[in-house]
Amino acid sequence: MSDMLSQVEPMIPALRRYARGLLRDREVADDIVQDCLERVIVNWSRRRESNARAWVFAILHNLAINKMRQDARRADITPLDNLPEENVAVQSVQEQNLFGQDVLAAIDRLPPDYRSILLLVSVEDLTYAEAAAVLDVPVGTVMSRLSRAREQLRRTLETRRDGAAIGRPFIWRVK
Amino acid sequence: MTGRPITEDDLQAFVDGALGSERHHEVTLFLASSEEAAKRVASYQKDAAALRSALAPIAIEAIPSRLNLANIVETQRPAKRILFMPMAAAAVALLAIGAWGGWLLRGDSMVPTEGITALAQEAMASYSTFATDRVRPVEVRADGSDDLDGLASATIGGPAATPDLSKAGYRLMGGRAVPTPHGPGLLLMYDNDKGSRLVLLTRRMQVDQDRPMEPTDQRDVRGWSWAREGLGYSVVGAIDSEDLHSIADEIRSQI
Repeated sequence: MSDMLSQVEPMIPALRRYARGLLRDREVADDIVQDCLERVIVNWSRRRESNARAWVFAILHNLAINKMRQDARRADITPLDNLPEENVAVQSVQEQNLFGQDVLAAIDRLPPDYRSILLLVSVEDLTYAEAAAVLDVPVGTVMSRLSRAREQLRRTLETRRDGAAIGRPFIWRVK
Repeated sequence: MTGRPITEDDLQAFVDGALGSERHHEVTLFLASSEEAAKRVASYQKDAAALRSALAPIAIEAIPSRLNLANIVETQRPAKRILFMPMAAAAVALLAIGAWGGWLLRGDSMVPTEGITALAQEAMASYSTFATDRVRPVEVRADGSDDLDGLASATIGGPAATPDLSKAGYRLMGGRAVPTPHGPGLLLMYDNDKGSRLVLLTRRMQVDQDRPMEPTDQRDVRGWSWAREGLGYSVVGAIDSEDLHSIADEIRSQI
């Protein structure tokens, strides 16, 4: 148990950052992190993944993706345009820097697959192999997804710099 | 120099600082020669840095106490002890309901697993599987050869008794081996000129080695079953029960 504490506790700031990057809302993100930590405690001794960081991030990722799917189903009922702005993106004071806001608005517009690969690799500094374990895809898929995600982010930001509005966040269509 | 061509993956790994020093150097040279790639990579690096710094404040926030790992461990332990008792009680209650319900239904739905009642069920199942088969209702055709005898000795350990039902208008089509929970059985099939089919299942009996004839009804399918000298017989068809009874008597008189 102390082994678990010493390995997982230092990850919590990063887990919160990843969840917030994906879900944007502070309370919702922390709910998911709490859920994740509860699962980590229960399953710690049974985990098969030798890399604890990849294992914990995978649990968090799956919970966040489920949450987004669930919300997407409800998005049919409540169009995002009608939501008050603070529900869509809660901005902290430190995020007021303009380009920072642009880049956050831009990743909101990316499909969740692209958003998560950018966050895992560029922000959380996971290796490609760790990201592959978290997303449960081959490393080759990580590379091609990363390349497409970066290109799409770049184009979105360039359009923004040219004066166009970034528009509303990406809405996950449920088939 | 490795001489390997620079790939898109190399450019991504360059952005992430994930290349070995030699490869990093090669990509640097490549970028010096390709303005398009250099612009793209610079852009990716800038965007990644912006994303990192936009989210950096989150990681230095004080962690809410509900995310304190030691607290979660503490709250989880007693929760398990509290939950165990009601769950165990629920399990016992559900088991009791299941057992009680099963006992109430014992006569209605439990298929007897032995004797000629079981034989009758097996014959019914064989009838519904094979009598409706238009492509290959029998495995061995009744063509006058001794193939049916071979099949009989393999399944019931003796020569096939193939009753002649021509007086009732039925002709032997042939037979097949069928599996039953009580060992292999021999299934003979007859049909008449209207395409109505009958099956006769014969197998060795452990229980009910000698039993008088008794009927079985299952919706539109009827059967008559009996046993003599360790062999059980069950004839099944979708015809009137009394008509089938006289056919069963005819079969019994011949074997």
